[in-house]
Amino acid sequence: MRPDILQQAMAEHHEECLDNREFGFWLYLMTDAILFALLFATYVSMFRNTANGPEPIDLFDLKHVFLETACLLTSSVTFGFAWLAALHQKRQIVMFWLIITLVFGLSFVYLEVIEFLDMIRQGAGPQASGYLSSFFTLVATHGIHVSIGMLGILMMVLQVMIKGLSPQVCSRLFRLGLFWHFLDIVWIGIFSVVYLPVFI
Amino acid sequence: MQTHEHSLQDYLTGLVLAVILTAIPFWVVWTSAFSAKVLFGIITLCALIQVIVHLRFFLNISLKHTGKDYLTALFFAGVLIFIMVGGTIWILYDLNFRMM
Repeated sequence: MRPDILQQAMAEHHEECLDNREFGFWLYLMTDAILFALLFATYVSMFRNTANGPEPIDLFDLKHVFLETACLLTSSVTFGFAWLAALHQKRQIVMFWLIITLVFGLSFVYLEVIEFLDMIRQGAGPQASGYLSSFFTLVATHGIHVSIGMLGILMMVLQVMIKGLSPQVCSRLFRLGLFWHFLDIVWIGIFSVVYLPVFI
Repeated sequence: MQTHEHSLQDYLTGLVLAVILTAIPFWVVWTSAFSAKVLFGIITLCALIQVIVHLRFFLNISLKHTGKDYLTALFFAGVLIFIMVGGTIWILYDLNFRMM
């Protein structure tokens, strides 16, 4: 085989590998969506089971939730900007937007942890009632996903810094972007199902 | 194959629509502008539209350009979610009603 043909075949093979990884990641996201959907179903089924314990209306703060929503939505868009910069092979700008995304992600997790600690301090921890167990399971699972996503963003900042925007790094960044935007979609469900109906 | 081509316009359109679709339910609940049933309706409608907006503008899913494999997986997940979540809520509410 001539070396240039061999090289082309290798490049195509690598591209196909990355395509497969992206599709595999997409399948993972779909299974994750099903997992979240079932946590939502559990939450809705448990909605009235407060066991004479704390009621949700006394625990939630609409402004706080709105702030969390704003942080997550902004971080989703700034991740998009990082991806646009990656398409144009602009390394510094990718790192800049990824760090901005990280800041908004951190603010979101910080707000959520504050909310949880405040609830636990008021005696509304996950052990207080079936309702609160399902609340903490659903919202904290999302929170843990966001935290893992932030770890991923940190890794991507380092990879872009050290390895540059190679096809492999770009593919990883793309997959992380899918994950990050997916988590924002789950959050739409959380504020629409968990928080807003409580205030009606 | 999933398309990698995004444009700035996509993200900005997505942002504007998402902000509007988030602000509407928060605002109507905050002001309690309507009766409970209407409020539920508005929240559900805005959430569903916002999910589609995010899929279209942030995840860049489109019926034309996204690969069949991706769309099949997405629709299959949608069907499973509909059956399992719908079924769970239906059965448990029915059970709850009969146990009263």
